[in-house]
Amino acid sequence: MWTRREILKAFLGLPFLMACDNRSKIENIAGEIVGADVLNGHKILSNPLFEVSNNNRERKTVVIVGGGVSGLSAAWKLKRDGFNDFILLELEPKIGGTSQSGENELTGYPWGAHYLPVPFKENSLLITLLDEMNLIEGRTDEGEVIIKEEFLCRQPEERVFYKGRWYEGLYLHVGENDQDKIDLENFQKEIDFWIDWRDSSAKRAFTLPVANCSEDAFVNELDKISFEDWLRQKGFSSERLFWYCDYACRDDYGLKLHETSAWAGLFYFCSRVRKSGEESQPFITFPEGNGRFVKHFYSKVKENVKLKSLVCEIIPKEDSIEVVYLDISDKKYRLVEAQKVIFSAPIFTAKHIIRDFKENMPSYLKEFEHNAWFVANLFLKDRPKPRFNRDFPLSWDNVIYESPSLGYVCATHQSGIDYGATVFTYYYPMCAEKDGRAKLFSLSWKELTDIILTDLWRAHRDIYSLVERIDIMRWGHAMISPRVGFVRSEALKKAKKPYRGIHFANTDLSGVALFEEAFYHGTRAAEEIWSDLRR
Amino acid sequence: MKKNFIPLLFLNVAIIATCGLIYELLAATVSSYVLGDSITQFSLVIGIYLSAMGVGSWLSGFLEDNLAKRFIEIELAVAIAGGFSAPLLFLVFAHLSYFNLIFYPLVFLIGVLVGLEIPLLMRILKNELDFKKLVARVLALDYVGALVASVLFPIFLVPYMGLNRTSLFFGMMNAAVGLWGTWLLEHLIKPKDLTILRIKGFAVVLVLLTGFIKADSLTALAEDALYADNIIFAKSSPYQRIVITKGKAGYALYLNGNLQFHSFDEYRYHEALVHPAFAAHNGNPQRILILGGGDGLALREVLKYPVKSVILVDLDPVMTHLATHFPALKMLNENSMSDSRVQVINQDAFVWLSETEEEPFDIAIVDFPDPNNFALGKLYTTRFYKLLKSKLKPDATAIIQCTSPLISRKSFWCIVKTLQSSGFFVEPFNVTVPSFGVWGYALVKSEPFEIPTKLKAPTALRFLNEETLKTMFQFSNDTSEPEEEIEINRLNNQILVRYYEDEWQRFEHQ
Ligand SMILES: Cc1cc2nc3c(=O)[nH]c(=O)nc-3n(C[C@H](O)[C@H](O)[C@H](O)COP(=O)(O)OP(=O)(O)OC[C@H]3O[C@@H](n4cnc5c(N)ncnc54)[C@H](O)[C@@H]3O)c2cc1C
Repeated sequence: MWTRREILKAFLGLPFLMACDNRSKIENIAGEIVGADVLNGHKILSNPLFEVSNNNRERKTVVIVGGGVSGLSAAWKLKRDGFNDFILLELEPKIGGTSQSGENELTGYPWGAHYLPVPFKENSLLITLLDEMNLIEGRTDEGEVIIKEEFLCRQPEERVFYKGRWYEGLYLHVGENDQDKIDLENFQKEIDFWIDWRDSSAKRAFTLPVANCSEDAFVNELDKISFEDWLRQKGFSSERLFWYCDYACRDDYGLKLHETSAWAGLFYFCSRVRKSGEESQPFITFPEGNGRFVKHFYSKVKENVKLKSLVCEIIPKEDSIEVVYLDISDKKYRLVEAQKVIFSAPIFTAKHIIRDFKENMPSYLKEFEHNAWFVANLFLKDRPKPRFNRDFPLSWDNVIYESPSLGYVCATHQSGIDYGATVFTYYYPMCAEKDGRAKLFSLSWKELTDIILTDLWRAHRDIYSLVERIDIMRWGHAMISPRVGFVRSEALKKAKKPYRGIHFANTDLSGVALFEEAFYHGTRAAEEIWSDLRR
Repeated sequence: MKKNFIPLLFLNVAIIATCGLIYELLAATVSSYVLGDSITQFSLVIGIYLSAMGVGSWLSGFLEDNLAKRFIEIELAVAIAGGFSAPLLFLVFAHLSYFNLIFYPLVFLIGVLVGLEIPLLMRILKNELDFKKLVARVLALDYVGALVASVLFPIFLVPYMGLNRTSLFFGMMNAAVGLWGTWLLEHLIKPKDLTILRIKGFAVVLVLLTGFIKADSLTALAEDALYADNIIFAKSSPYQRIVITKGKAGYALYLNGNLQFHSFDEYRYHEALVHPAFAAHNGNPQRILILGGGDGLALREVLKYPVKSVILVDLDPVMTHLATHFPALKMLNENSMSDSRVQVINQDAFVWLSETEEEPFDIAIVDFPDPNNFALGKLYTTRFYKLLKSKLKPDATAIIQCTSPLISRKSFWCIVKTLQSSGFFVEPFNVTVPSFGVWGYALVKSEPFEIPTKLKAPTALRFLNEETLKTMFQFSNDTSEPEEEIEINRLNNQILVRYYEDEWQRFEHQ
């Protein structure tokens, strides 16, 4: 067991003496650890023999394993194309995977993913989805979509807390010196260079989905060094620029600057800007974050979805594939005989599920590493009071400069609810931790709550009296890690290949965890299968 | 005997004199802020203060020995009483209704203490100097100090330091004189008293210094100093600080320190806000929507017509409650909030509009505070106006208050353009409301329309007639649409808040 001193040091980097001990004030706060059925998930590991009685067998042409964005996109696509003989099996009682959301009387709130940048016009299938959801207002003369204002992240978008005050924006301008300014300007030039760069076949270096990025060796080189090394090689030294890039890596990938591939780092900054000098694509967001997309998919494919169904084994046979799953409601094993399987669960789990892989694990699966996160929803009876009149006001995204957390997103912001009760979604990637996952799961609700509130207390002295409830979700395998060398690795290429009728489709296959990627792989797998079946 | 301590003691005389006059000016200023009528307050304060000084001088005759020690103690007492006078008075005002009971005794107390200072000092000095010189110098310096104070006070202290900090600062000066005195007059004080005096002195300086540094939190209370008239009501709701003042010219309402109306000319503002909408309506408007306008004054104008129902959506229940029950407001809005046709809803109009299932309205009156923050700025976006449009009948009219086209020209035209880009046909207009200046509005409809020429009000109005109605829609060279490019205000840029801030900043102090 750890002492509080050790925990706060490890999680907040806080000198213990600076952290006020407000643990007694937690007594009045309700809450629990929610979600992710770790016990059930890990059952696959411990139970090699599954007995399925005869009346628990059925046939479906297609089985989709996993109901995250990728599995749901596959289901959505199949349905759209008029194909209905499929079943989607999802382990959790709740649909959506890392894009799921919750809801109370006041507002929806995310448990994971919370925004999607407006796609370029080339991403036409994704635009079809947005259209179907009635998010699109029109098109520009160039054919880019215009999203309805109420779905674009409302201003004020971001603020950062630094040395006692809140400032507008994410990049910290206050107090920057000449070197900082020069570095920022040159960094922007580097980004602009990559935004405008095209290979011999006019492909962009960075775009979405990753599958459309140039594979030119010149770009792929970037995957061989870390983002930190790349910054140093380019001669940057500004502390706040490094902070800014580090924040970007932690926020998007759950990795620290030195762990992240420079390719992934630049991808973050370049892939959503049409051409140099233009603004980055605006964010589409909802109170419940990307949970809104999940809800939409679910409304379309609900009848094909079976929740609380843990897929335990996939057995490819000569002319069919058997999928065995545990029905968690009645604790019975069931079997579906299918022609095709779309594997949308995290890719590394394939080694525990696909029979051939269990027996003979493909070495490339070892390279799929996930990092752990925890996400907390704080239910507040009122907003924290600004400490200074001139403090930049509560924004959508609220970041604390000195904290290893990512700060919090205000769930009521997008609905225009600017007074009174609200929900803050607090994000903490375990990247600063050596064995993050184990540490995360060794802590109790109370200890995690202590971390969260001690962190937020730096910026909000009244936080303890405002929070009524804190629910915490631990994501043991939150996001794929685009470490140096992974995005352009052979492993990734191999993992994308279908195996005996099993088509893989998870954001992991892009090396970065993003809605666009999950959607791409889901719909791609659906298309592949559909064209195979028609043959 | 130290030779050079005499000139230094004279310096102290000047400081003491400055401090003394500052406290007097502070008291007079605070009381005229809080109680109004500055002439009365100033002359009362000066009278009480001077007489109290007389009492102090007279009392000094009763002090026999240990004069140096007494002098220092009095300095420290002045430091505390004078130094904390302004913060204390503001505090008292915010929390007590019997301000006078604290105020005049406090002025008297400070006066007595200040009155003790100079006679004592003169008696201390009399052994060192001949009487003729002494009187000449002390009195001269006393008057010089007064001059310094009276010049500094309006030019530098009030505008730059504010009342609270000025008060605390001069308290520290007094304490410093006292503390310094423990060295200058060391030879006249018993050693055992010396240490105690010094400790006390440091403590007083420290307390005042803390106050000085923390003055920001005190100014929240002192905010009332902004108001020129008597404050007859002040309360912080969860949404805003509401202050109602009463002066010679009538009542005024302030939200977060911004004037919302003054009774002496509010009819101009509210008639222009309401009647053109009825004038431009071609049918028989029955269902009226008022967004904002929790003071009930726009409602008063609306109820002049035979309408069937009015929904009034205002964020702040404290405000609408005041408008319904507070005598001064009830009188002004002619008890309109209690009319049976009126339904009051306390919600953010943005949230209400996006959720409501009310049938469409014939007329909407949109009367929000100016867009000086993001929460208000969202009420001026295309999103908001589209929501509004969807809640209006096809032939409905609406009027939106759009801030001043003179002071914030870009903001005004930004609102007009935003309305246009939300699908409204817009006729902007402006009127002069003396307590606001030139004020702007937009008359809008979902279909093309002619500027109205006939008023439809059943009774004559105080301000509007058909001549004014015509000219309102004309803009002068300094209020017309500027050449420069103006963006449309959307939720995801909130450009209006930035325009507004830039434009109004030119008029702010600090
Ligand atoms: C904290 C956090 C914040 C994020 N923020 C963003 C963001 O703002 N924007 C963005 O674009 N992306 C974000 N992401 C990335 C997000 O992961 C992707 O957008 C996307 O949701 C991934 O979907 P997926 O279907 O590929 O994977 P997952 O969401 O992991 O879905 C896999 C599903 O498979 C199920 N499953 C696993 N094993 C089995 C089994 N054996 N049997 C049955 N079912 C099984 C799981 O329960 C899960 O529902 C975030 C991720 C996290 C963790």
